[in-house]
Amino acid sequence: MSFHPLMPYGTRDWHRSERVLLPKGEPFAYTPERAAKLEDTCAMYPPERRKSAVLAALYLVQEQQGYLTASALRHVGEFLRITPAEVEDVATYYVMFFKAPVGKYVLQVCRTLSCALAGAERVTESLSEKLGLKVGETDASGMFTLVEFECLGACDRAPVVMVNNEHWHEKATPESCGKLVEDLKARGVAALTGCHLNVEHL
Amino acid sequence: MDPVLTKYVREPNSYTLDFFLKHEGYAGLKKALAMQPNDVIEAVKASGLRGRGGAGFPTGMKWQFVDKKTPNPKYIACNADESEPGTFKDHVLMERNPHLLFEGCLIGCWAIGAKVAYIYIRGEFFHVQRVLEAELAKAYAQGYAGKNVMGSGWDCDIVIHRGAGAYEAGEETALIESLEGKRAQPRIKPPFPAVEGLYNCPTAVNNVETLCNLPAILINGADWFAKLGPEKNGGPKLYCLSGHVKKPGVYEASMNTTLKELIFEYAGGIREGHQLKAVIPGGSSVPILMPDQLDIPASFDSVQKAGSMLGSAGIIVMDETTCMVWAAMNLMHFYKHESCGKCTPCREGGDWLFNILAKIERGDGELRDLDLLTSVSNNIAGKTLCAFGDAEATPPLTTLKNFRAEYEAHIREGRCTVPADWRGQVLVEAGH
Repeated sequence: MSFHPLMPYGTRDWHRSERVLLPKGEPFAYTPERAAKLEDTCAMYPPERRKSAVLAALYLVQEQQGYLTASALRHVGEFLRITPAEVEDVATYYVMFFKAPVGKYVLQVCRTLSCALAGAERVTESLSEKLGLKVGETDASGMFTLVEFECLGACDRAPVVMVNNEHWHEKATPESCGKLVEDLKARGVAALTGCHLNVEHL
Repeated sequence: MDPVLTKYVREPNSYTLDFFLKHEGYAGLKKALAMQPNDVIEAVKASGLRGRGGAGFPTGMKWQFVDKKTPNPKYIACNADESEPGTFKDHVLMERNPHLLFEGCLIGCWAIGAKVAYIYIRGEFFHVQRVLEAELAKAYAQGYAGKNVMGSGWDCDIVIHRGAGAYEAGEETALIESLEGKRAQPRIKPPFPAVEGLYNCPTAVNNVETLCNLPAILINGADWFAKLGPEKNGGPKLYCLSGHVKKPGVYEASMNTTLKELIFEYAGGIREGHQLKAVIPGGSSVPILMPDQLDIPASFDSVQKAGSMLGSAGIIVMDETTCMVWAAMNLMHFYKHESCGKCTPCREGGDWLFNILAKIERGDGELRDLDLLTSVSNNIAGKTLCAFGDAEATPPLTTLKNFRAEYEAHIREGRCTVPADWRGQVLVEAGH
């Protein structure tokens, strides 16, 4: 199921069958480079199966616009020759798509058992305190969003924090959260440890 | 047992094509291309290789079921969606030995007659994907993938397909649905993917570690592979140790190794000053084993005989500071979040199991909640389209079975009776 910071998920009143209406947003069209890139992606699947590229298409929207809007989904549908409903079906299911504006740094803290055993709950609380945010919120300056994620698949380097769906920070501690936040403000994603097996390349 | 899969993972540049080629790289593929596809399948069958994704289904048998008579194209779908809590072995393999995976995919394609292998990699592994993409480009450039693979005249493509955050996409039919551009929801089986899979064509869905074992089987022989472990549990195995151990990590060993050895020798034992309380041997979807049940080989068959499953070999170790009610609740949050929503028992039951556990954890529990946990769990397990339902029902059932007294104490005293300093203060419901 898909969860996003600013949607009212998790409340007793929310029923999964309720139609998710994304904000319409500005008119959207891919930049020429992105359109070409997506066309290349479509070529990796059988020609009558452009729909397979829908996840790639949504990532490109997110790269261009920061989050998904109904206009963007409509454009994706036209590009892939599928209906807007089919795009919305997918956009509302997968967790890594943002359906409202997010901060510059989306801190995605793993909360599942192995990370929790290593103290992830306290990491989340520490970040929550330092940033003055509840889980799921974005700060007023638009710099940080704090969310929880399920098992990120690096349990030996727990607790793990992913940032912006792409960057990686390992062995976070409640004590080091203050410094992490300050470092992110000062140096951006260079402040993150990266994947410890990955450190010497990329 | 000398490491096979992870022999060079700590060496710098082990991920590069140059390094790979200097260490028997693509030698397995070369052998395969000189064999008849059916003989490759026979070799894999003879080796006894069992799927490393969680089910342990014999790979040779799975390939044999692939319908080769149809004129439709065949596909290999590599399941790199590793999302089972406690599992991170594919993460290491893909990041440190991507060419081994490519070689495995190509061998698989040759064996079943496929011309494309789709590597479905979970969206959260983007840092791994970058390595895969860079190395795949090099493999293409030097003729190890694409047109005329290794000069054999055979063409085969490898496509990397990024997921977007869905544990259920690890289920083989849900993975296929996701590859087709839909929600990652499972299909009813039969028909099995080997007959009707991706785009309704015969597809073999194989785990990363499974595919990574293929080159060694072809280079060293099926016999060698089968003899590395107990009967019907052969080959090197990657074990993921995490939780309250001194040295969490991926450890490669034969399946003769006992769970006790893995925890106390390989992973250095429980952290200082603490004692073992419970172990989940195969990722969160399998039942708990107690400390006196660990003197068994960590093989598919032995762990199953002991009442659990080896699953994805994600060994989560919990010491005495772990409240089992809290642990079950933590896992139920995972399952209720990840439920794809297709089957009513799983979709609705998962929510309710979490709510009941949260109620107990908060201190508002009643004894009849335990009966409710049991009955709801039993109404999910076995009543869903895929094994997620069985997995979802497991944490409440297994913790109740082994730690009922702890649940009752929680309820009686209206509070957690096993507090720990590493736990948070606030119960976060679902504020994502």
